[in-house]
Amino acid sequence: MLIHPAVHVDASPAVEFDGVSLQYNGTAALRQVSFRLERGQRVAVVGPNGAGKTTLLRVVAGTLRPDEGRVDVYGERPGGHICIAYVPQRSQIDMAFPVTVAEVVMMGRIRQIGVLRWPRRHDWTIVHQALASVEMGELARRQIGELSGGQQQRAFLAQALAQEAQVILMDEPLTGLDLPSQEAIFRAIDRLSQSGVTIVLSTHDLNLAAERFDQVVLLNRALIAAGRPERVFTPENLQRAYGSHIHRLVDGEGLMVLTDTCCEGDEVGR
Amino acid sequence: MVGEALGWLTGPLSYPFMVRGLTAAVIVGVVCPVLGAYVVLRGMAFFGDALAHIVLPGVVVAYLAGWPLVLGALLAGVIAALGIGAISEQARIKEDSAIGVIFAAAFALGVAMLSTQRGYAVDLVHILFGNLLGVTSQDLVWMGVLGLLALGAVFVFYKELLVLSFDPVLAATLRLPAHFLKNLLLVLMAVVIVVSLNAVGVTLVLAMLITPASAAYLLTRRLPSMMALGAAFGTLSAFLGLYLSYYWNLPSGPAIVLVATAIFAVALLVAPRRRHLWSRWRRGAPDVRPA
Repeated sequence: MLIHPAVHVDASPAVEFDGVSLQYNGTAALRQVSFRLERGQRVAVVGPNGAGKTTLLRVVAGTLRPDEGRVDVYGERPGGHICIAYVPQRSQIDMAFPVTVAEVVMMGRIRQIGVLRWPRRHDWTIVHQALASVEMGELARRQIGELSGGQQQRAFLAQALAQEAQVILMDEPLTGLDLPSQEAIFRAIDRLSQSGVTIVLSTHDLNLAAERFDQVVLLNRALIAAGRPERVFTPENLQRAYGSHIHRLVDGEGLMVLTDTCCEGDEVGR
Repeated sequence: MVGEALGWLTGPLSYPFMVRGLTAAVIVGVVCPVLGAYVVLRGMAFFGDALAHIVLPGVVVAYLAGWPLVLGALLAGVIAALGIGAISEQARIKEDSAIGVIFAAAFALGVAMLSTQRGYAVDLVHILFGNLLGVTSQDLVWMGVLGLLALGAVFVFYKELLVLSFDPVLAATLRLPAHFLKNLLLVLMAVVIVVSLNAVGVTLVLAMLITPASAAYLLTRRLPSMMALGAAFGTLSAFLGLYLSYYWNLPSGPAIVLVATAIFAVALLVAPRRRHLWSRWRRGAPDVRPA
């Protein structure tokens, strides 16, 4: 460590927030949020509606700048050399747009291709590999609007892969998907995290967050807790994040079952 | 039979003004739908119409000063396009209101300036509805150069404009120069409007931007095919429209626009219904399940 100071840089966490605050449309969207995420982890960002989940992801992506505090991704400011992919909510995309799945994935490589250049064979190889790794190889030539919701979500995950991103951020990728589609996304996420990619996604589903992720960031504009799910999902923390709309059960095998009953509209967290 | 049909086709071409008019119409028919694809996909139809009207004072100033009309129109179009962009980014009022205010004001200014001239009614009609048969060789050179420039820019920045139009968030995270690209699109729209001025006039430019591209949108699944098919529809409209105007003694601009509209109507009827109903439905009701 003393001989190789560079080791310190290499070991810097995937994402580090230090006292991050952000105003959005005149209200505090994030208040003094600090946490760190290690590399290659699967991280779920959870919290009630309006808790700042999307804002947090966009701060990591570098498309929103915090008013206060410091954000580091792999030891650098977002927008530096580190490639961060951001997969927005599907509802924000016009799926009737005339593009094929392969073209959507290729969009992720626009910087690697460079200005005034066209995709090369190498880029197409990467695009097809990315599609294969989300089990979508045979759908490459379909128009994006012809796919099911889960397939569209996987196409955007493939786009993130084609970016060769070290950090992949996904906003509510599981919302509205049936179980097989969710499983297909989890298979891809698990493979990615094994290869060292850090995955951060926001979700409403506390059960999935508890069962399928290495770390959870529980948010309600301020950070409630961050860390391993069993440490984060304590009755006190859930009470602080959601009020009394939440129950925590532990069954015989120690499996945590959480019931999120807060999603009847926006009565919580606004 | 064949001879008659051939005569029907070649007859008008014995007049040089018809040949020039046809060339101009075809330039417009190709260039407009290619850029029009972005106008349709980005929902900029109202903006396009406004931009076309805003060009009027520039044309009048050029006319009074004896410059090429194209120059004045281009100047006014580019200034207005960038001005609207700047105003709407301030977000003090909604963008369509900002556009509406400038659009009406510029158009009124143009008509007022023109009215100081003798014989203004004829000139106004030409500017409003085009004067395809009055196209000069010099006009053709301008149209060709500007048209090629616009097509070239669309080609060169194809993948960047595609990302910006499909997924602005991705464009932001990839740190594409979104500001530059948006302004580029606005300037290109101004250029294309200027190119079309002679053919269909200020009031009908919108049709050439939107109608063939929309017809192509109904029938294609990829942007390059949408542009190509749009250009084919635009060219067909230009040809048929000009011949109709020749044989039926109709004004050429409206004839071209009516043919384009007929093509659009056919496309609407034969388009695979599934794609459009399906995508409308999806967009209208995102499949969000109560979590």
